[in-house]
Amino acid sequence: MIVRNDIAIKICMGPAGIAAGGKAVLEAFRQELSRSDIPATLQDKCSSHQVGCLGLCARDVLVKVFINGDKTIYQYVKPGMVERIVAEHIIGGTPVQEWLVDEAYENFYKKQVKVVLADVGRVDPEDINDYIRTGGYESAREMLLERSPLDVIAEIKASGLRGRGGAGFLTGLKWELARMSGEKDKYIICNADEGDPGAFMDRAVIEGNPHSVIEGMIIGAFAVGAEKGYVYIRAEYPLAVERLKSAINQAYEAGYLGKEIFRTPVNFDVKIKLGAGAFVCGEETALIASIEGERGMPRPKPPFPVNKGLWQQPTVINNVETLANIPYIIRNGCGWYASYGTESSRGTKVFALTGKIKNTGLIEVPMGIPLKDIIYDIGGGIEGGKALKAVQTGGPSGGCIPADMLDLKVDYESLSRAGSIVGSGGMIVLDEDDCMVNMAKYFIQFTQAESCGKCVPCRVGTKRLLEMLDRITKGHGKEGDIERLERMCTGIKTSSLCGLGQTAPNPVLSTLKHFREEYEAHIRDKKCPAKACKELLTYRIREDLCKGCGACLKACPSGAITGEKKKPHKIYSDICIRCGACFEVCKFNSVERE
Amino acid sequence: MEILEGIANKYREGEGNIISLLQDTQEAFGCITREAINYFSEELGIPPSRLYGVATFYAQFRLKPAGRHIITACCGTACHVRGAERIISGLQRELDITENEDTTPDREFTLEKVACLGTCSFAPVALIDGNVRGKANLDTIVKEIKKIKKDDREK
Repeated sequence: MIVRNDIAIKICMGPAGIAAGGKAVLEAFRQELSRSDIPATLQDKCSSHQVGCLGLCARDVLVKVFINGDKTIYQYVKPGMVERIVAEHIIGGTPVQEWLVDEAYENFYKKQVKVVLADVGRVDPEDINDYIRTGGYESAREMLLERSPLDVIAEIKASGLRGRGGAGFLTGLKWELARMSGEKDKYIICNADEGDPGAFMDRAVIEGNPHSVIEGMIIGAFAVGAEKGYVYIRAEYPLAVERLKSAINQAYEAGYLGKEIFRTPVNFDVKIKLGAGAFVCGEETALIASIEGERGMPRPKPPFPVNKGLWQQPTVINNVETLANIPYIIRNGCGWYASYGTESSRGTKVFALTGKIKNTGLIEVPMGIPLKDIIYDIGGGIEGGKALKAVQTGGPSGGCIPADMLDLKVDYESLSRAGSIVGSGGMIVLDEDDCMVNMAKYFIQFTQAESCGKCVPCRVGTKRLLEMLDRITKGHGKEGDIERLERMCTGIKTSSLCGLGQTAPNPVLSTLKHFREEYEAHIRDKKCPAKACKELLTYRIREDLCKGCGACLKACPSGAITGEKKKPHKIYSDICIRCGACFEVCKFNSVERE
Repeated sequence: MEILEGIANKYREGEGNIISLLQDTQEAFGCITREAINYFSEELGIPPSRLYGVATFYAQFRLKPAGRHIITACCGTACHVRGAERIISGLQRELDITENEDTTPDREFTLEKVACLGTCSFAPVALIDGNVRGKANLDTIVKEIKKIKKDDREK
């Protein structure tokens, strides 16, 4: 037997990894390893642990096996496959070829640059020593012991890092403004209230490498002179909360948090505050109100939180991804970070690539990468041979970029020129079956429900927008609706109190800009070109194709289908509720939809 | 009552705010009852309107108890484009829950909608009593619901 003295098995336990059965796979490895006494023969050098999101969620459960530093990756691992992997690979030394990742997996990583995600999937998120082994907390130690707060601010300013929560404000500048404020009690808040539907970057960072966020907070607190910090995190992320709690406790034990941290005169305490489910609390002033225990309603700015924030004290609010970047920027230097990206958008950005794309997952790319490279090289193209229609970025505050603009560079300015935003990093790929009017309605539905109700333009405006879009998708659109929509959107955008209202019309405006003809088809011809708006569809059974198998008859929930066995069936359109069940269940493509 | 007292004391000692007060209450009782609001109001000198205001602002708080089984349907964008709406309307039909309600009259099932569960690669996603059902389709979920109903009846 070959002597191997360092074996590590890493099992993806990101949100998708767990959903695909990560825990069962980990358990299977643990059982299999103890059953075959491998740790004994290998002198306890073989370990299996959970790691955060490995990226290519579409192939979960992903398992990485390191033998003396050589890495092998398995995809779609099920507990039943573990026995063979252990027997043939761990003991025998020959990887199980047919379960290894293929070329598509390699391509997924080729154009990515990992900074924030560099250690996500490498370190055990529940073990501080694993993070320390990779150089963790060295940046904080160096800054606190050897440098001044102004040095830190200068370094972050020079890196060009902009806030990754969506607004893109320069992080170094924000810190400087808070530093300059003369008050004594200052706060730093990590905004982990990731509320955009279709975005899970912050969750993956906290679940995969919580210590990088804590280290970022320590450095930020030192820079601005804050002694208290909060992490405001969604209660809907129980695993992230749990891992963050254990990471904070470990950091206290190690002397990195609390009194006189790193044996310097600096004090810094961090507390977790659980959000209670309100999208608007991602907005800074609403978040502050929520930490104070009130309804999360924004207030006018100025005064900005850097001057008057939590309990009326200067407060810096940074997003999870922004803070997780900090230790790596300090470790590798601002020049290194600034070498990625474009002139005005430096560094890398994490995106959650989802929707109708082959390789769904979490990606990190240099700013300024062409959208085309993300969709085709990293994403592997559109699923099921369909045509790409648009890419939605920035969630409910963003917009849709049409397929013919794929050469567009992904950075703050270019996306904004195209009528969308980088936002927090959701990237949803839409194909020919997606109706753009329906997408706009979906997002307005979301913002309307999440509007806090404080200011009229947002509260009433989004409601009226939704009613109009609802009417259009149901075939009751009227001449002049498009112009009315545009007028309303401009009104809401210019007169709403906070970012939620000011950006809420973006999904409508951008689809109006790039897909006006779809709105016209709904309004004038009462047709949905993508065949997605169910009120505009009619279902019909083609007699020449129907074999009379009765599958549709059984599937129909409203009893709208009749027919004798082995004879063509018929749909009564006045009873039909257009649920599409018959269309899906028919094996002979005899149900027609138009 | 003792539990309410404990929660109120925690608040009095300055360790919490209205949100954590209500979170503790919901954790203990499953929802925010009228009695709890009145009790805290008198004990802590907070107007009931303020407590009610916070309770109704955040999606997490329930004023009525949830059903014994909770089905959570994700309405995130990725799930939306992969047909979450069809699953939700199908479940509403199956469970006989109207648009404005979320729990069946016999309190057996609650159908919850959430904005995003962050497992977009398995869209559409639903949770049945906290267990993830990825790449969900109406048929298999309905089958599972029928099984739960049957098991409950046999108990």
